[in-house]
Amino acid sequence: MAKSLFIVIVGCGRLGSHLANGLSAQGHGVVVIDLRPEAFAALDAQFSGFKLVGDAVESEILRQARLDKADLLLAVAEEDNVNLMVAQVGQKVFAVPRVMARVADPAREEAYRQFGIQTVCPTTLAGEALLETLRRSGEATR
Amino acid sequence: MKIIIIGGGRVVYFLAKLFISKGHHPAIVSRDPGECERLSREVKALVLCGDGSHPPVLEAAGAREAEAVLAISPRDQDNLVACQLAAKMFGVPRTLALVNDPENLEVFRQLGINVAFSTTHIMATLIEQQAGFDEIVNLMPLAQGKVTVSEVALHAGLPAVGRSLAELAMPPGSLIGAVIRGEAVLVPRGPDRLAEGDRLIILTTPESYAPAMRCLLGDEA
Repeated sequence: MAKSLFIVIVGCGRLGSHLANGLSAQGHGVVVIDLRPEAFAALDAQFSGFKLVGDAVESEILRQARLDKADLLLAVAEEDNVNLMVAQVGQKVFAVPRVMARVADPAREEAYRQFGIQTVCPTTLAGEALLETLRRSGEATR
Repeated sequence: MKIIIIGGGRVVYFLAKLFISKGHHPAIVSRDPGECERLSREVKALVLCGDGSHPPVLEAAGAREAEAVLAISPRDQDNLVACQLAAKMFGVPRTLALVNDPENLEVFRQLGINVAFSTTHIMATLIEQQAGFDEIVNLMPLAQGKVTVSEVALHAGLPAVGRSLAELAMPPGSLIGAVIRGEAVLVPRGPDRLAEGDRLIILTTPESYAPAMRCLLGDEA
């Protein structure tokens, strides 16, 4: 990501705020949306993007975030269904060129990946990493 | 017909009862354990406590054999995902979803839901159309609100009274489908004249509703 991008992030929890801080520090334009105003406390003092309080499953809120102008949409709210809906609305209604969604339920993640939504499943990733570490330590002690 | 109802509240109970009385086989999925317990006592239907957008729950509710899924929870995102998973993972042929934000009506259709309906939208349309028109006794939206059926009573002095359909020239997108005259019902043709006391069954698109009413009721519409 060499040039400066305009990025909309849905959800300012642990992952959302981490991404917002990092991407803002790299010089990208960032808008973060969260239902709870207190969620924005997790943003750094140096965070130079915009904060928007609202429910991202309302199209009006996505319009206010200027999603139609976004280069990238990261749907990382707490609820899987919010992320799956927002990602599809971003892709199909607002024609955002890159869209990614965090989905914690592996069954739902698998299904939506097959429907063409880019998804990341923290449950599967953590599971694989743990098993891989176990396998390696098993080899080491053998 | 096997129908899966996803959601909560008393509306789920009444819908399930109605479906059973019509010979259908509903299955209910609700997140609220207390409600599930009550429902399983009240209706002869499969009641599952869980998340209707979790694939194993849908499967346990019989999604592989279901002919329709009706998602009526108060959260649009849950209704969307439940319907999409039912259609795409389990091949349910018809999906119907309640939308709470009326703007999501169009969004849901774009995202492949067969029928999306908004109680906000339906109520707002009913109130707008009823306001001020005493002659209009009832209204019913059909085809997801693309057609409205209204009943209009003609009293003396209205422009339509005494005129034939041909003279009346109802605007495009509107149709007088039937005339109720006393006990008789007639399907009118061009030369037929409307009379005082007639009740007209009118079909209109939302755009031609107001012009059609003006044509029949004049300044009173």
